[in-house]
Parts: sequence; structure tokens; C-alpha cells
Amino acid sequence: MTTIPAVPIEILLVEDNPGDVRLTREALKDAKVRNTLHVAMDGVEALAFLRKQGKYAAVPRPDLILLDLNLPKKNGREVLEEIKQDDALSHIPIVILTTSQAELDIVESYRLHANAYVTKPVDLEQFLKVVGSIEEFWLEIVKLSHP
Amino acid sequence: MSRPPDAAPIDVLLVEDNQDDVELTLHALQAAKIRNRVHVARDGAEALDFLFRRGEYQNVPTPDLILLDLNLPKVDGREILEEIKRDERLGRIPVIVVTSSQAEEDVARSYRLHANAYVTKPIDPAVFLRAVNAIGRFWLEIVRLP
Repeated sequence: MTTIPAVPIEILLVEDNPGDVRLTREALKDAKVRNTLHVAMDGVEALAFLRKQGKYAAVPRPDLILLDLNLPKKNGREVLEEIKQDDALSHIPIVILTTSQAELDIVESYRLHANAYVTKPVDLEQFLKVVGSIEEFWLEIVKLSHP
Repeated sequence: MSRPPDAAPIDVLLVEDNQDDVELTLHALQAAKIRNRVHVARDGAEALDFLFRRGEYQNVPTPDLILLDLNLPKVDGREILEEIKRDERLGRIPVIVVTSSQAEEDVARSYRLHANAYVTKPIDPAVFLRAVNAIGRFWLEIVRLP
């Protein structure tokens, strides 16, 4: 299992719904593993962050990405595809976190090499449980890549 | 989020040559809330026969989830990962690498070959059990498998 790292794990949350951002932040604040949450509100901002463009020149490279599918400007599928085709970024695990239950979205996301597909529960308690489980698996159990 | 209780069991393929690790994993997954069947392949060649339904494996199901050790007899786990992810039918199946290797080279390479997650095996059996429990909770209860 992963030794608890001295530096916090950098998480990029790509989400346009402020309510979901707030809930995710709340759930991750209590995590056992120290983490820093960065938020991009649309697909273009997410890619600018990841490629350190413009005002993002000094941001850290995320260790984990939580990606909504339905996003303004550039949708999550395109963001997923661009990241997984980019040699500098493709090693970063991407967890799709979306309200879509459509089988087509699920299959397409895995085909585009999403690392996991999770549907957002509507119920608040369930939502916190889901983020808690993402936190437990990806922050405590998984070994992330630090090239 | 979760599967209906009457859904078909999730088929897990465990590719692992260490008997103790096989038993611990079976034990942990049997205790999972979601019904699952674990198929075990003891080396890389057996895993490929199972996945490509060769020889005695003509009628096996396509697994919903694969737990893959890297250091295996006959065919190396890295090679198996590559073959799975290149294949149209198998490429979408989540593959979780579960290995004793802590080498950053193996971690980065596995993610580049599209491993869905990389987990290092703790030496302490109790900690290992906790890791497999967490794998079960996340991948069987929370994740939507393809």
C-alpha cells in the first residue's frame, strides 16, 4: 500500500455545478490523506490548467483528475480523449464523475481509457459515500505515478 | 450507483501465481456486498487462454474486472496488459495491477499502457486484506463497469 506522502496529493476536479464542487470539497476535506483540490469549471479551463497555459503557468501537475462529462465550452469526452493522447498527461488517472447513466457514455469512456466511471447519486448522503470511496481507493490504496 | 440485487454476478479474473495472495483475495471478495465470481489464472499463458477463450476456456465469460499481477510465470503481466488493452473486445475491461513492484518505472508504464489502477501489495497480510477490501468496495459497489 502507498505510504502516506509528505506532499499533498493534487486533485483536479473538472465540474461546472457549484453545488457538486462544494460537496466534493467538503468530502475530501476530511480525507485521511492530505490533498489539495483544484477546480476547473469547464473543459477549456481544465486543459489550460493541465498544460499550464496562461494564468496556470505555476500550477502543479495533478496526481488525479475527477472529470464530469457534461461541461461547457468543451465536453468531458473531448477532455478525456485529449489527456489520454498526450504523452505528458496520459499517466494521470481520470475518474469520470457524472450524472449520466447511459450505457453508451460508460462504454465510450472506458474505450477512451477513463480509469473508472462513477455515477453521481442525487442523494446527498450517497454522494458523500461515493466521494469517500473514491478517496479511500485512489488516495489511500492506489499507487499514483510521479514521473 | 449500485447494481440491482438481482443482477448477474460480476465476473472477476484474478491473474496471480502466489497461492497465499490468491486465497487472501478470494476471502476478501467473498465477503463483498456485491455478488461476484472469481476465476483464477495461475500464470500469464493461462490468463491469455482464458481471455481469448482458447483450448479448455471456449465457454468462459468475458470478465467484468481483471486483477493482474505483473511478475508471472510464462507470460509477463506487462505483456498481458498490453494485449488486453490492444484488443477491441477486451480493451474496455478495467484492469487493476496488483503487484509487489514499487518501481516508478512499472507504475508509470502500467498507466501509460492504460492500466485502470496500480496497487502495490502490502507485505502484511492484514494490510493486504484491507487493500483488497477497498478494491472490492470501489470497483464492485461504486464503479459502473462497462
